[in-house]
Amino acid sequence: MSTISEPATDRSTPASQYFAGLARWRVWEILFWVALVGLFFVPDANLPLYGQIVIWGLFAMSLDLLLGYRGIPSLGHAAFFGIGGYAAGYLGKFGWIEPISGLVIAALLAGVIGWLTGRLIQRVSGIALLMVTLGLNLILNDVVHRQSGLTGGDDGLQGIEVAPVLGLFRFDIFGRTAYLYALAVTFVLFLLARALVKSPFGLALLGARENPRRMIMLGAPLERDVTTVFAIAAAFAGAAGALLTQTTQFVSPTSLSFQRSADVLVILIIGGTGRLYGAFIGAFVFLILRDWLAELSPVYWYFWIGLLLVVMVAFFRKGIVPSLEALVRRVRRR
Amino acid sequence: MTTIATVLFNGVAYGMLLFIMSVGLSVTMGMMNFVNLAHASFSMLGGYVLVVVTQQLGLPFLISLPLAFVVAGLVSLVVERTIFRYFYGTDDLTQVLLTLGLIFMSIAIVTYFWGGTYQQIRVPSWLTGQQDVLGLTLERYRMFLVAVGAVLALVLIFGLERTRFGACVRACVDNARVARACGLNTELVFAVTFAIGGGLAGLAGALSANLLGIDPNFPLRYLVYLLIVVSVGGMGTITGTLVAALLLGVADVAGKYYAPEIGGFVIYTITVLVMLWRPHGLMGRRA
Repeated sequence: MSTISEPATDRSTPASQYFAGLARWRVWEILFWVALVGLFFVPDANLPLYGQIVIWGLFAMSLDLLLGYRGIPSLGHAAFFGIGGYAAGYLGKFGWIEPISGLVIAALLAGVIGWLTGRLIQRVSGIALLMVTLGLNLILNDVVHRQSGLTGGDDGLQGIEVAPVLGLFRFDIFGRTAYLYALAVTFVLFLLARALVKSPFGLALLGARENPRRMIMLGAPLERDVTTVFAIAAAFAGAAGALLTQTTQFVSPTSLSFQRSADVLVILIIGGTGRLYGAFIGAFVFLILRDWLAELSPVYWYFWIGLLLVVMVAFFRKGIVPSLEALVRRVRRR
Repeated sequence: MTTIATVLFNGVAYGMLLFIMSVGLSVTMGMMNFVNLAHASFSMLGGYVLVVVTQQLGLPFLISLPLAFVVAGLVSLVVERTIFRYFYGTDDLTQVLLTLGLIFMSIAIVTYFWGGTYQQIRVPSWLTGQQDVLGLTLERYRMFLVAVGAVLALVLIFGLERTRFGACVRACVDNARVARACGLNTELVFAVTFAIGGGLAGLAGALSANLLGIDPNFPLRYLVYLLIVVSVGGMGTITGTLVAALLLGVADVAGKYYAPEIGGFVIYTITVLVMLWRPHGLMGRRA
C-alpha cells in the first residue's frame, strides 16, 4: 500500500533513480562555481565588471527557463528586470534599506506581474506572442518615461540607500561586497532553477516544448504550466534587476528598454539555451566583448555585435555550451 | 471641428507612410513565414539615398524618390539571395536574431559613412507651406503623402488581384508548397516580391525623411511601428496592412495631440489587445 502512495520516497523505483541521476553534480559544474568565487581573490580583478556578468547571467538564466525549457520566446523580458530594479530602488529610497528582504520583495512583485502576464499569454503563440511581450515591455517603458515626476524619467532614480548585507558588509567602491552579494544570491537562485528543471515539472516543460499536442494527451496542464514558469522566470529576472539596483544604487529606464530585452536574448543565444550555464557563459562572452569593442571603437562596436549574432545563428545556432558538449561527446567516443 | 479634421488628416498622412513602409514586410511574411526585422533598415537606406542624391549630387527631389526605390530594391534582392533564402523554414526566433544582427550592422555602417546626427532634407518649394482645402489649412507635403499612398495602395491591390504575377503571389501566400508542386517558380516569386517590398520600404524611408527625420537609429525607432502594423493587420494581406496602418497613424497622431502625457500608451495597448483578441491580425487568415 505504502509503496503505491509514496513512490517518490522510494529510492529503488526507476523514476526516482532517473531524477536522482539527473540531479547529480558534475565535476565541471563544481569547478565553474569555485572559479567564480576564485575571481574574488585574484589581485586587481575588475570586480564591478564580473559583478555585472553574474547579474546578467542570472537575468539570462531566467529567460532560459522560459525560452530554453519551455520554448517561449519573449521580446520583452527586460520588463521584469526593470520592475525588480525599480521596486528595489523605491524600497531603498523610502527607507526600507535592508537589502535581502528588499530583494525578495522586488522579486515577488515581478513574479506576481509575471504570473498575470502568463495568464494573458498562455494561449498565444508565434508572432502574436512576440508582439504581446514586446508591446507590454514598450508600455511599461513608456509609462516610466512619461511619469518622470515619479520615476525620475531619463535621469533615473536617485538617492537609493542600501544597508550593509546582514548588517556586516558595507557596499564599497571597489565592488567587493557587491560581487560576493550578487554571486551568493545568484548561486541560491541557480540552485532553485536547477532543482526546478530537473524535477518532474521541468520534464513536463521540456515535453511541452518538444511536442505540446502529445503532452495534452498525457494529461499535462499545459496552460497552467506556462503561467507558472512565466511567473518564476519573471521573479528571477526581477531579482536580477533588484541586484543591479542595489549594487549600483541607481536605476534608469534603460533597465527596461527594448535594447535590454534584445541584449539578454543575444546573451542567451550566444551561450546556448536549455542548459542554465549557457546564460552565464553567454553573459561572460558578451560583456567582455562589449567592454573590449567599446574601447576599441566607441562608435561602431555594435557592428561587431551584429556580425557576431549573424555568424552565431548561421553556424552555431545551438550556442557555445551545447556545441562544447557535442565536442566533448565526440572526443570521448573515440 | 476643424482641429479634429486636421488631426484626422495628419494621421492619415502618417498612416500612408507606415503603409508604404510595411506592406512589403507584410506580404513577404505572409508568403515565406520569414520575420524580417531588417526591413526597417531598407527604409533607412532609402532615406540616405535621398540625402546623397539631393544634397551631394544635387538632383531634384522627384528623381530621388524612384532612385530610393530602385537602390533599396536591389539591395534587398542581394540580401535575400545571399543570406535570407538559407533561413526560410527556420524558426521565428532564429530569423528574429539574424535580422536583428543585420539591423545592428546597418546602424554601424550608416554611422560610419554619414555620422550619427540627423540629416537635413530640403524639399522643393511647391511641397512646402500650407494650402487651404475646403476650409481646412493643410500642409502640402502631407497632401502629397496621402496622394502617393493612395495611388500606391490602388496599384498594389489591383496588381495583386488582377495581374498574373499577383495571382502567383497570392498562390504562394496561400500555400507555397502546393504552388511549387503545381510548377510555379516560387523562388523567383519570392525574390521579386522581396525586391518590390524592399524597394517600397526604401521609398517610404525617402518620403519620411522630411517628416520624421533620418538618422542611424531610424530602424530601431520604427521597427516597432512596422511590427505593429503587420501583426495587427494580419500577415500577407494588403488591405489589412492598409487598414492597420491608417488606424495606427490616426491613433498615434490623435494620441499625441489630445493626450501627450500618455504618449505611445494608446497604440501599444491597442496592439496588445488586438493580438490577444485575434492572434492572426484583424484580416489575417489562420496559418
